[in-house]
Amino acid sequence: MSPSSTEPLLKIDRLTKSFGERPVLEGVDLSITRGSVFTVLGPSGTGKSVFLKCLAGVMQQDSGMISFEGRPLVASDKETLTDFRKRCSFLFQNNALFDSLSALENVSLPLEQTTDLSAHEIQSRSLDALSQLELESYRNRYPSQMSGGMQKRLALARAIVTRPELVLFDEPTAGLDPLRRNAVFSMIVKYQRRFNFTALIVTHDVPEALVASNRVALLNGGKICFEGTPDDFSSSLDPVVTGYRDSTDALRKSLASIRGQVQAS
Amino acid sequence: MLLHCTESTFLPRMSKMLHLIGRKALDILFGLGDYALFTGRSFHAVMHSKRIWRRLIRSIYEQGTVCLPVILIVGLFTGLVLGLQGYHILNRFGSEGLLGAMVSLSLVREMAPVLAGLMLIGQSGSALAAELGIQRNSEQIVALETMGVESHGYLVTPRLIAALLVYPFQTALFVVIGFWGGSLSGSLLLGVDSGVYWSSIQRAIESRDLRECFIKAAVFGILSVTICAYQGFHADRNHSDTGARAVSAATTRAVVMSSIMVLVADYVVSSFFI
Repeated sequence: MSPSSTEPLLKIDRLTKSFGERPVLEGVDLSITRGSVFTVLGPSGTGKSVFLKCLAGVMQQDSGMISFEGRPLVASDKETLTDFRKRCSFLFQNNALFDSLSALENVSLPLEQTTDLSAHEIQSRSLDALSQLELESYRNRYPSQMSGGMQKRLALARAIVTRPELVLFDEPTAGLDPLRRNAVFSMIVKYQRRFNFTALIVTHDVPEALVASNRVALLNGGKICFEGTPDDFSSSLDPVVTGYRDSTDALRKSLASIRGQVQAS
Repeated sequence: MLLHCTESTFLPRMSKMLHLIGRKALDILFGLGDYALFTGRSFHAVMHSKRIWRRLIRSIYEQGTVCLPVILIVGLFTGLVLGLQGYHILNRFGSEGLLGAMVSLSLVREMAPVLAGLMLIGQSGSALAAELGIQRNSEQIVALETMGVESHGYLVTPRLIAALLVYPFQTALFVVIGFWGGSLSGSLLLGVDSGVYWSSIQRAIESRDLRECFIKAAVFGILSVTICAYQGFHADRNHSDTGARAVSAATTRAVVMSSIMVLVADYVVSSFFI
């Protein structure tokens, strides 16, 4: 049975997670539709990465349900979990590339280990993914011989080589300067359109996320405080949303003023 | 009054101590169970692991070729020392003719499997623990799991199969080089007749000695690879250290624990053959 177009690709119901006595996620509810770019915003330390790791199955939630195409993902149902992992990719904050493997070997690895494709087919698909991300000429380089931006592109090539339907991005622009942040978001949108995967991004970069996304949510205090379109987010008068928006604006203004002072001196 | 005070502090202290002992015992039991599951999963992954050959060849290279010089040097000097000491001990009883038997039985039944095992732990076991620890720290192991790759099958299984092949081979090499070392010091330097030395070896070694030697080598291989891999794989579980220190602590634990376990297993396996 093919999934209906109205059914969310990923549905999260009352997800909770605590570390000892400290609750991190307190009943997160979200629905992500197929083919969309969905961004979860929130200040640092609010559990955005924990949320994403629970979705990827790297971390086990305390309670709540995650469903993929209507099928709940539970540890006891290995078949559904395996199917989900084949159709989902995770882009780590620090890229998590294999430093002892070349770029081509990094990209081939998921195909070699999870499919029965021939060596020729694996090679051709891996080279294709590398060339889509303009890395074909760097195929024999190791990650340590590449720049930060190239490593990010290589991680994305590894994520898309299996032709996933869902790609989870964990703080893809962490530690990057504004120009590179823009470039990474442009890259995500460009390849999301080209390969038509569903993208779920967690970040705290508001302006870039608002431009790149179809929908955004704000995670604050372990709960989703807002969910809507980027326009709704920009015009929302909700005090939590305005507080977060203003705090990021204030930071930007303060950075601009420092930059101005430095240039003047 | 003094007695009352002592009693009032004695009971809480005792309770705290028992609590600590109990927690430590539970931690050890948890660790043993977890290690057994880890080893089981690594063996079980032989059935599912895809395209294992390249990683197996690399593991054989790491444990075999890379460790070869150490095995040759330690094997040679062990033989030289056994020849030297053995000659002077046997000389007291006028039994220099038994030098070959003494060197060969010491090497085959005890020294070759134990020393080769310890050398392999020092060289390839520590490297394995450090490599996996770094991979854990940089989320490479988690990345494998999110891709749907069985991390035990990808990272540990080829090393385990390689250990089953390489440890007995390196031990055999250690024995042969050790015999030569014994011959060098016993025959060449101390004047024991070469024919007597080699025929004494031939007469002394029985098939059960060789069986004991190779069984020990295989057991030490399994123990050292699984302990070193387990420590590296779970380098992040050590809450007192993080980052590079956690990797270094995991590597130290791996080498110390696997060396101790090799000696414990040596006693256990020996007791079955005596």
